[in-house]
Amino acid sequence: MAHFSKRNRRRERETQQALNNRLELVKEGFTRRDLIKMGLMTSAGVLIPKVGLTHAQTTASFSRGCYSGCDVGCSPQPAQVFVDPMPIPPELPARSVLTDPGLNFGARPQICPNNAPNPNNGNLPFEGRGQFNGLVVPGSDCFQFFNQYPTQKYFVQRIRANPNFRITSDPNIPAQLIWGFNLGASDPSDVGTFPGPTIRTNYQEPWLIRRFNELPTQSQNGGFGVPEMSTHLHNFHTAPESDGGPCRWFFRGQYFDYYFTAQQAGFSIPVNQGGFAPNGDPRESLSTMWYHDHRIDHTAENTYKGLEGFHLIFNGSDTGNETTGFRLPSYPAFDIPIILNDKLIDPSTGKICFDTFRFKGLIGDVQLANGIVQPFFNVNKRRYRFRVLNGGPSRFYQLFLTDPLSPSTVIPFWVIANDGNLLPTPIQVTSFRLGVAERYDIIIDFNQVKSLIGSHTAVRLENRLRQDDGQGPTCEIFPAGQGTSCVEFRIGAAVADGSVDPATHPVFYQLPTVVTPRITRNFIFDRSNGQWVINDRFANCNELRFTVTQNSAENWVLINPRSDWQHPIHIHLEEHQILSRVNNSGRYPSRDSSFSRRGDCPFGGGGGGISTTRPGVPNVEVSRKDVTQLQFDENATLFFRFRDFQGDWPMHCHNTVHEDHAMMLLFQVQPGVIDNNQNP
Amino acid sequence: MARITRRKWLAAAGVTTAAVGASGLAGTTSLFAQEATPASKHNYKFENISPRELIHRRHLPNVELITQDNRKVHFYTDLVKDRRVVIQFMFARCKDICPVITHHLVEVQRLLKGRVGRDIFFYSITLSPEEDTPRDLKAFAKKHGVGPGWMFLTGKPDDILLLRRSLGFFYDNPKEDADRNNHSGMVVVGTEPLMRWAMCEGGANPEWIATVIRTEMDAPFQGAVDGIRQADPAVHVKAPVNMKGAGQAVHVHK
Repeated sequence: MAHFSKRNRRRERETQQALNNRLELVKEGFTRRDLIKMGLMTSAGVLIPKVGLTHAQTTASFSRGCYSGCDVGCSPQPAQVFVDPMPIPPELPARSVLTDPGLNFGARPQICPNNAPNPNNGNLPFEGRGQFNGLVVPGSDCFQFFNQYPTQKYFVQRIRANPNFRITSDPNIPAQLIWGFNLGASDPSDVGTFPGPTIRTNYQEPWLIRRFNELPTQSQNGGFGVPEMSTHLHNFHTAPESDGGPCRWFFRGQYFDYYFTAQQAGFSIPVNQGGFAPNGDPRESLSTMWYHDHRIDHTAENTYKGLEGFHLIFNGSDTGNETTGFRLPSYPAFDIPIILNDKLIDPSTGKICFDTFRFKGLIGDVQLANGIVQPFFNVNKRRYRFRVLNGGPSRFYQLFLTDPLSPSTVIPFWVIANDGNLLPTPIQVTSFRLGVAERYDIIIDFNQVKSLIGSHTAVRLENRLRQDDGQGPTCEIFPAGQGTSCVEFRIGAAVADGSVDPATHPVFYQLPTVVTPRITRNFIFDRSNGQWVINDRFANCNELRFTVTQNSAENWVLINPRSDWQHPIHIHLEEHQILSRVNNSGRYPSRDSSFSRRGDCPFGGGGGGISTTRPGVPNVEVSRKDVTQLQFDENATLFFRFRDFQGDWPMHCHNTVHEDHAMMLLFQVQPGVIDNNQNP
Repeated sequence: MARITRRKWLAAAGVTTAAVGASGLAGTTSLFAQEATPASKHNYKFENISPRELIHRRHLPNVELITQDNRKVHFYTDLVKDRRVVIQFMFARCKDICPVITHHLVEVQRLLKGRVGRDIFFYSITLSPEEDTPRDLKAFAKKHGVGPGWMFLTGKPDDILLLRRSLGFFYDNPKEDADRNNHSGMVVVGTEPLMRWAMCEGGANPEWIATVIRTEMDAPFQGAVDGIRQADPAVHVKAPVNMKGAGQAVHVHK
């Protein structure tokens, strides 16, 4: 494996070692009793209940039993949880465009796609950029602003299979076949990993990533997954040619150059026209992003297969160094990304399974954090920044901190960012609600936690939201300690802490000004004959549903007319602000089919309160966002500006199963076009 | 790190306890009350089944069906195995969604320019095996202008139910599932030997459906790195002998 930093190499080694150690222990015939005697299995070694996730739905979906073999309540479970350390993905190394073989394959990165045929790949173009629906569109998808913002940093990633991926050290659960992003080396030992390597970039340092599709053939997919790739950077301010949208996928043997200007939104609009040329509006800075596959119709299975990773971006305020700027806990020592996924394991084979014949949404009964079943993570007694991402496919989480030995202890912490957008100031909460693809950056002060839990030494990040199927969560919050713990934090010694104390109300970015929109558009997210529609229509790559005037502002009203389904709605290109969350109450007639009315139980703010100025919006959502959960019978009004780039982007449900079937539309942004369709 | 023996670990236990930061919690019983299954019970016995075989077992049952021409066929071995297929459900008296979807698929069939019946097979399966006779299905196909290479199928109600559930054309909620007029408008698009299954929406624009079907069927054969054509042996059509679609003749390729 090439080119990752010393730190990461060490961490990787440690993680691997810990896994190996457990395997050795089991091989050597240690019994549980031995381990308890040794003190190795304490709160950390609480055995997992028989059917997996605590209080997860323990029976398979309605009258199916484990008929399909791949269903909730059917997964084989590791014997113990909180026995494996949570790995931290390695960082993707930058590469030299002059010498790196990957960046010189075919041609070096260039402004327009390298459509020259590759005789070694069936004469497909070397580069997949410039294809739409898999077909070359000559002259399309040249990089916008490529020459104005010259690339300063280059990366390579090769999308590869890894047949030896372990989600637990329990030898009873076999190694898994995953697809993942590698560290960019061509050496076969540099396999795909899950989560993918963390990509770290800085604002004002334009970067380019060349991704190779080196997946095996379709018939080697292990039962699910299609080897056609489109990698979305969720949710950088990105032109369509580099956005990794649903229709711009590329084939095996091709590469695809993704270029990013690294400027905040508003960078192309002159200051005297209210813009922020040449570097954009600093208030539009993002921090926590992620990259994932977005192949239309197959996003759920492909991301489920492992094609997800973090992308963190820093700037002069959010520096990654706790002695400068906003003084947030230093990256990487005290700034930790955590991706949550729930999986199903096939009881016949022990392999992660995905039922491609189901379309209501998919929840699992094996809970992963950073790719490992319910791991532990050693922390010091000080403040940490955790970047918590819901990697899907369908589950909603409501996350609390729980002392397993004293579940009734209420443990507050701070939310500092929503969907990677720092809030104006930290908000103290006791929980937060996380829909698929949403990110919450939180600060946990383990010094304070320790003072609350006394002699106890561990707390868990516990999901207490009950969800029984892919439709959406129930209204039920499990009692503390009876939900599903995703990670156990084990609190060690105190160490120096130079980070800002959120209790002192530090100020981050103010929200960009909300102005009167040029137009308000309505979008009804509904169900139709078991499939998913927006304004009664299905996803279609060949149809741009409406046009937004470039550099204008719009309000979009997202409407969920159902009281038995929820949808996390994601809009590409720009961050939005939620102006209101209102129960439909007559304005939009409920289409509840009375089959399973679940009632009206919006997320109440997690102890952080509801805004006094934005109706129904929790204070932790008075922020910029790129995913808005549509709760039961609810409409949410979003404010947008559409700046800088031209072209087409999608809006879609990020319950990836709903997304694939086919709750998505494409809109376009063009200068000077006036489209007044209010219900497009 | 050197290989760990049981003895080494026991010797190191004290240190390790502190190292994992778990001291002080050992022996707590309140938590262990939650524990359920000892590790020894987790000696799962897994089978070595190929993913393709698993999909066949769970989703593609080999039930006996009857074509619109009153011919007996088996779903897996005769209709799906080694083929590219497009599958949806309908019933002859359906007034609402079926005519729309059928109309769309007729258009899709035209857009696929003769491939249906040659290397892509269309199957429409009735949701009402109790009332839809082969003759009803044939009349339905004729009424909608269905072309060759597209079969309409009925069978024993239990078999149809199994097929419907296996292919995902059902709702978990029994009341909802019983409402035939609200049946799933999905169209399954699959290439069986490649374990590639997608669904598109029968209500979608026919040109888009045709695009999806084409890309689903053809994308795996793009490029030739490491000899994909050898690795993914032909999803060539095997047109069963004496088998006809709803139209006239089956176009047998090769």
